[in-house]
Amino acid sequence: MSAIHQILSTSISSSASAFIGGHTNLKSATKSSNFAVAGKISGVVKCVASAAEKTAYTTKVSRNENMAKLQAGYLFPEIARRRAAHMLKYPDAKVISLGIGDTTEPIPDVITSAMSKRSFALSTFDGYSGYGAEQGEKQLRAAIASTYYGDLGIQEDDIFVSDGAKSDISRLQVLFGSNVTMAVQDPSYPAYVDSSVILGQTGQFQKDVEKFENIEYMRCTPENGFFPDLSTVRRTDIIFFCSPNNPTGYSASREQLTKLVQFAKENGSIIVYDSAYAMYVSDDSPKSIFEIPGAKEVALEVSSFSKYAGFTGVRLGWTAIPKELLYSDGFPVAKDFNRIVCTCFNGASNVAQAGGLACVSAEGIKAMHEVVGFYKENTSIIVDTFNSLGFKVYGGKNAPYVWVHFPGQSSWEVFGEILEKTHVVTTPGSGFGPAGEGFIRVSAFGHRENVLEACRRFKQLYK
Amino acid sequence: MQPESDTTFSFAISTSIKLGRPSIRKIFTSQDNGNVTSYRTKVARNPTLERLQYNYLFPEISARELEHIKKYPNAKVISLGIGDTTEPLPDVVASSMANYAHSLSTRTGYRGYGAEQGSKELRKAIAETFYKDMGIKDTEVFVSDGAQCDISRLQLLFGSKMSIAVQDPIFPAYIDSSVIIGQAGDVEKESGSYKNIQYMKCEPENSFFPDLSKTGRTDVIFFCSPNNPTGHAASRQQLEQVVRFAQENGSIIVYDSAYAVYISDESPRSIYEIPGAEKVAIEVSSFSKIAGFTGVRLGWTVVPKELLYSNGFPVINDFNRIVCTCFNGASRIAQAGGLASLSKEGFKAVISLIDYYKENAEILLETFKSMGLRVYGGVNAPYLWVHFPGSNSWDVFGEILEKTHIITVPGSGFGPAGKEFIRVTAFGQRENILEASRRLRSFL
Repeated sequence: MSAIHQILSTSISSSASAFIGGHTNLKSATKSSNFAVAGKISGVVKCVASAAEKTAYTTKVSRNENMAKLQAGYLFPEIARRRAAHMLKYPDAKVISLGIGDTTEPIPDVITSAMSKRSFALSTFDGYSGYGAEQGEKQLRAAIASTYYGDLGIQEDDIFVSDGAKSDISRLQVLFGSNVTMAVQDPSYPAYVDSSVILGQTGQFQKDVEKFENIEYMRCTPENGFFPDLSTVRRTDIIFFCSPNNPTGYSASREQLTKLVQFAKENGSIIVYDSAYAMYVSDDSPKSIFEIPGAKEVALEVSSFSKYAGFTGVRLGWTAIPKELLYSDGFPVAKDFNRIVCTCFNGASNVAQAGGLACVSAEGIKAMHEVVGFYKENTSIIVDTFNSLGFKVYGGKNAPYVWVHFPGQSSWEVFGEILEKTHVVTTPGSGFGPAGEGFIRVSAFGHRENVLEACRRFKQLYK
Repeated sequence: MQPESDTTFSFAISTSIKLGRPSIRKIFTSQDNGNVTSYRTKVARNPTLERLQYNYLFPEISARELEHIKKYPNAKVISLGIGDTTEPLPDVVASSMANYAHSLSTRTGYRGYGAEQGSKELRKAIAETFYKDMGIKDTEVFVSDGAQCDISRLQLLFGSKMSIAVQDPIFPAYIDSSVIIGQAGDVEKESGSYKNIQYMKCEPENSFFPDLSKTGRTDVIFFCSPNNPTGHAASRQQLEQVVRFAQENGSIIVYDSAYAVYISDESPRSIYEIPGAEKVAIEVSSFSKIAGFTGVRLGWTVVPKELLYSNGFPVINDFNRIVCTCFNGASRIAQAGGLASLSKEGFKAVISLIDYYKENAEILLETFKSMGLRVYGGVNAPYLWVHFPGSNSWDVFGEILEKTHIITVPGSGFGPAGKEFIRVTAFGQRENILEASRRLRSFL
């Protein structure tokens, strides 16, 4: 008996991935409701294959088994897909997006005018520049070092400018290779786990516990104040740590980060510290891992202009790697990262870098603080709303994310209910890891009137 | 080698005639922080990175240039080394980028995250401009921040178990990325070749097209045409051979067409001009050498939906997943510039820039010919491949640099088959090209 399937065309929406990966054969792909197919699918089952029928030509190249381990599409395109489907279903509804953490407010003039200026300069004889240094423009590297790491001993040449933290995370995984073990917070920004799977660091996904084999998940819940109990954490080579945290919004204290650095030191591990939301810190939580003594020997730090300057579409970030960070054989991690950056990357866009330089000028920093302040006000409004409705609300103080508890409920179901009944897009907590089950992440990026309207609708739903 | 008590290294490059390639000497700076040995983590260095023999080629060339400038502060060093564009962007392109940047500071014009695959408009424009009538749809075009980044993302996609074939000589990113991702195996120190890589020799004897009958099967075949560094553009017949070879072996071609716009003759500008290619090939290209976007950062990769893994799974699905997970889209401002460069006015302006570089290539071609040298390329690509039989390319590179203050690139940087060649780029301001020609003529 031979079943002959012919998929004539598949359609991919351009604004959101309509795919769910993880299918290892066509049969399950066609059955999946997440696989959008345009054109005809003829499934013809015959007892005898006829000479007239041909199966689609396939290469003899095996699919990368690591890709097959991924369970679904990346989280945020999936949220975008759900949003798009909802908008089709309710074309008149005013859908408000507090899901994907996408900035909404215009970029301050001082920053955009620097980018315009640089663009024009590129059309002049004196102003044209070709390839830039892969590590970033000298001035920008120096300015980032002095602005964010002023007296922390991080220098210009420790800074590697990039097209954003997400790209950097994958480049770091390429740097570390497939033989390293890693630990992540649970819940956490999905790029750490997904990039680890792609690089082949993990085993299979275990459906019963919703975890990948070989990754150490460090649970962060209300019970432990959203800081993991390190005494229960196994040694891994790499520890991903995001603070202020996406999605919980929790910002680790100096004491806690000191423990983390100590833990890394005892285990000889490397911390990859994601500080993309550091400018949202309202209290005296550290804004950089390098505020902790000894951190330079165990940590590198990744950050981004996305959530500070609204650069989500402009694409600019950086990674700081201290000279003191050494592999077990004494080889400096920065040297290998430099090699990766020179080989697998070709520098961030020069126009974006001109914008970045303006960001860290005195006027730019002031302007960024205003933008951040605006989103922080949004966050307060959302926190107050859920508090007033009697929910247990976390985060929202040091980060633009509010982590709302729906005990005993499926976060995808709550997400679906909120979407259906209020036309507000949020993000289900389980998308960030098993310890996110029972939580909803509400992001605070949005026009003020939309945030207020969303909160009105929440009040309606949950009154 | 263990560092001394401090953790800073500095590296000096010294030429070594015997090795034929600069050896990289480690110099430990004498900073002394006491008797304490520096703390080391217990994380092992990625063994694949240890297999890389040298620094990436082009930063090394830059370093040599800097060294030379220091040595001769009054010499006017002319760079015909790294293939870096020199001419300003057309006004229409620059102003579209400037306007777009400005619009980001307005409430109605502000945009956040873009689609990771690129703006629909730009994807359409790329499909229409470069793949008209070839059956490639906008949904198969993935906009990126450049070919070098795409190559590494493709390696991530393929994984460490793939076998690859490359032309020899070739743009080093294919090999280096293959080593880094763990495909290439150990290096054979004498030849500098990697055990798991098939090298398809391209030399004057075979007119720079490999003898495929001598090439073993690999999963992936990297093929760059017009070629960097040899400048050879494969003919239709030759590309039909490559496609047939791939079909017979069930291989995937990664076709690098970054220089297609430099083609002067009938050579195909895209692999998809060859029937059946959509089932076996991915194509990578870039705005770098088309629109002078080397610093702006914009390129694209085409993955046809007909390209399937052995189990029938579409390669495009996995590439899309990589793009969504390991990348976050090319800069919107760069994309605005890309779109403008493909507009009627923009493309016209861009073509005249390309013609300018092609005229440079002609001038240099004439120069080398008049010197009695065997020179290849320069007709369908902005690179000239000059033969110095019996020589060691690093020595020739050094001699040219020392005597004429011109930076070139030694052919062996592109692979063992480049040993007797020098690559000269045609990017440069006309007066520098003319000056370089003058100096070269008096060199021999």
